[in-house]
Amino acid sequence: MTRRARYEAQQRKRSLMIAATSTLAVVACIVIFVPMTPGWEKVQRSFFNGAVLADTFPKLLDAFKINLMIFSWSAPAIAILGLLIALARDAKSPALFPLRIFGATFTDVFRGVPVILTVYLIGFGIPGLGLPRPWNSPYIWGSLALILTYSAYVAEIFRSGIDSVHQSQRSAALSLGLSERQVMRDVVLPQAIRNVVPSQMNMLIALQKDVSLLSFIGPVEIFRQAGVFKSLTANFTPYVGAAIIFLIVTIPATRYADYLMAKQMRDRS
Amino acid sequence: MAKLSLRGVVKQFGANTVCDGIDLDVDEGEMVCLIGASGAGKSTLLRCINLLEAVEDGEIFLDGEDIAEPGLNPQAVRARIGMVFQSFNLFPHMTALENAMLAPRRVHGRSKADLVDEVEDLFKRFGLADRMQNYPDQLSGGQQQRVAIIRALAMRPEVMLFDEITSALDPQLVGEVLDVLLMLKQQGMTMVLATHEMGFARHAADKVCFLKDGKIIEEGPPEALFDAPEREETKAFLARALK
Amino acid sequence: MAKTLSLAAMTLALTTSAAFAAGHCAADKTLTEGKLTIATGNPAYYPWVLDDAPESGEGFEAAVAYAVAGEMGFAAEDVVWVRSSFDEAIQPGAKNFDVNIQQYSISAARDEIVDFSMPYYTAPMAVLVSPNATDTEPTLDALRDLKWGAMGSTTAVPKLANVIQPTSDPLLYGDNADVNAAMSANQIDAALFDLPTALFLSAVMIEGSKVIGQFAPDASDNPDQFGMLMEEGNPLKSCVDDALVALTESGELAAIEATWLQDTTGVPLIDF
Ligand SMILES: Nc1ncnc2c1ncn2[C@@H]1O[C@H](COP(=O)(O)OP(=O)(O)O)[C@@H](O)[C@H]1O
Ligand SMILES: [Mg+2]
Repeated sequence: MTRRARYEAQQRKRSLMIAATSTLAVVACIVIFVPMTPGWEKVQRSFFNGAVLADTFPKLLDAFKINLMIFSWSAPAIAILGLLIALARDAKSPALFPLRIFGATFTDVFRGVPVILTVYLIGFGIPGLGLPRPWNSPYIWGSLALILTYSAYVAEIFRSGIDSVHQSQRSAALSLGLSERQVMRDVVLPQAIRNVVPSQMNMLIALQKDVSLLSFIGPVEIFRQAGVFKSLTANFTPYVGAAIIFLIVTIPATRYADYLMAKQMRDRS
Repeated sequence: MAKLSLRGVVKQFGANTVCDGIDLDVDEGEMVCLIGASGAGKSTLLRCINLLEAVEDGEIFLDGEDIAEPGLNPQAVRARIGMVFQSFNLFPHMTALENAMLAPRRVHGRSKADLVDEVEDLFKRFGLADRMQNYPDQLSGGQQQRVAIIRALAMRPEVMLFDEITSALDPQLVGEVLDVLLMLKQQGMTMVLATHEMGFARHAADKVCFLKDGKIIEEGPPEALFDAPEREETKAFLARALK
Repeated sequence: MAKTLSLAAMTLALTTSAAFAAGHCAADKTLTEGKLTIATGNPAYYPWVLDDAPESGEGFEAAVAYAVAGEMGFAAEDVVWVRSSFDEAIQPGAKNFDVNIQQYSISAARDEIVDFSMPYYTAPMAVLVSPNATDTEPTLDALRDLKWGAMGSTTAVPKLANVIQPTSDPLLYGDNADVNAAMSANQIDAALFDLPTALFLSAVMIEGSKVIGQFAPDASDNPDQFGMLMEEGNPLKSCVDDALVALTESGELAAIEATWLQDTTGVPLIDF
């Protein structure tokens, strides 16, 4: 062991000790002092009620399948529509001018309106026009509301990805005789998409949570199911249960997105 | 008839005239070097020839056909003229082999199977047979630049343009790339180079043009231009460049 | 300084308790001495509260609230109205109301977290159907195949699941208005409400809809009884209960019901 290595090992040991001690101290404070607060007993009964949790958790998990189902068809649709909107906004040919206008209006409108409003307006509004069953299902139109809103954001991220591909890549591709369209498809898009994967991961995580907004127009997904249990038991523990289920999914996803982001930063430098 | 002829080529960026009435003739199999200070307009001139920049005025003849005609589809022309850049500009998401095969497949509609022997042959000739499956970031600068040259050659171009292709390389890697240029010259490729490698230009070029402020101020065979420049600006530039 | 303050407090205590008959049940038990703070929904719906204005005393629950307050010794002007959501009513911590009246069904599970008064109304559940489904037979077999909806926060949800057992999953909503919207959009055929609400919705909100049947409350093990909600352990509970007993015995509660709630005997009973 060199002198420097010995010194660094010692330093590492020291900072590990400090970190462990301070973490322990904070945890101890929470574990000891929070239960000593006067309202703790009531809060525990209303929010952290073991019996209620045990009773409702399996059914919450069941309801979460609805979230996963809505997510599973919305996410690919968002990716495709988002990409199309991004391409429409960058369309150069004058014949495609209406497409550009459409793309710009689309992103302005759907980024500007709160998701829940879009869910309401589309989820109740379009079926209200008199569509026959099953085409008036809130699953269809609620999902469409999510798809439209998220596509607007995803499109902007794709555009930033397209912009992030250096002009010299386009020059090189054009100099080989490729058409604009081929340059986009074979050279720019693959790089653009790769550049925005971490940002899009974050959109997926947000979408996973916003699927719950469909509960407002009928589907009994996890948030609504937790609300039903909350009403029946006059207890908020089912919400805590739902939050736990969300976290089980989103924490690994968030960590993964952060990891991708950090990796990209490293690769760039 | 010259393979490539420029007559009165003008290129402006806003109020900035970057090519100011350029006349240039490049014969079949000839190697022409463009020299001049940074900002003189060498890169822009090459980009104009390849129609990456639209010229404001003047004509560019390739085999007697005016390719600077406004409204002409540039793709077909670019497919006949190869270009290699200072910063390599390889496609980072493709292997070396894929980089080289993309354009012939897309533009000429050739199949992979049909192409692969021919392209592998190029890799062998330029000493990269064992690097075909590597991605650009797994290659050294010199190797990347040679892949970029192979990528352009895979289109079987009639003319090649090189824009300071050794400027981004470590000095010990410059040689391997310049050797490739000599091989191409031997095979009779028509080439236009923008370069700072005065030694190479003197030794290999058939004609050297000195550019200043978007104009070709002086041109001639390398011996004449390097040993007995007529214009003061040329002398001043060479004095600095050869120091 | 401390002396003047305590003096003032004493005077205040004296004057307010003077408002009650001496030693009255509610003394010292309300949020504001001498006042009874009552919460209702936001908005409060017909026929429970008319025009969302409980101060008027019009509507069934508004009238019950004033009757109970009067029985407890509060003058009408001593009743203070506040609004609360269900969540506010059940969250732990200090409440901003003494009692909360908004069709809360009494259940054992809820009773562990909050306190309920004695029931002031027994609400039969009733089936409201959309204009397209008005000729559905009021039998469980016929009802089972309808597409169902309900308010997610009501005891209609377990009733639906346990008694009707629909063939397709019901859709649940957060608000009466949303149930309406879903019915108007033909996303649901039927919805389960307490009978007065169902009658109101069919008469006023959803044109062409109809209440096709009710479940007799007595027939069920767990009849839907509405109680006033109070914070767990609220000492006021016994006073409220006493007041309700008195109102029931005097027949005043029944009179209030007759005034504000439609006669429900015309709605057919559903066997189950
Ligand atoms: N795309 C562009 N837009 C505006 N000005 C440009 C552009 N490209 C080059 N120029 C300008 O043209 C001039 C010549 O540049 P360039 O052709 O790169 O010179 P060289 O290659 O001889 O160094 C410079 O002044 C440069 O700033
Ligand atoms: Mg240059």
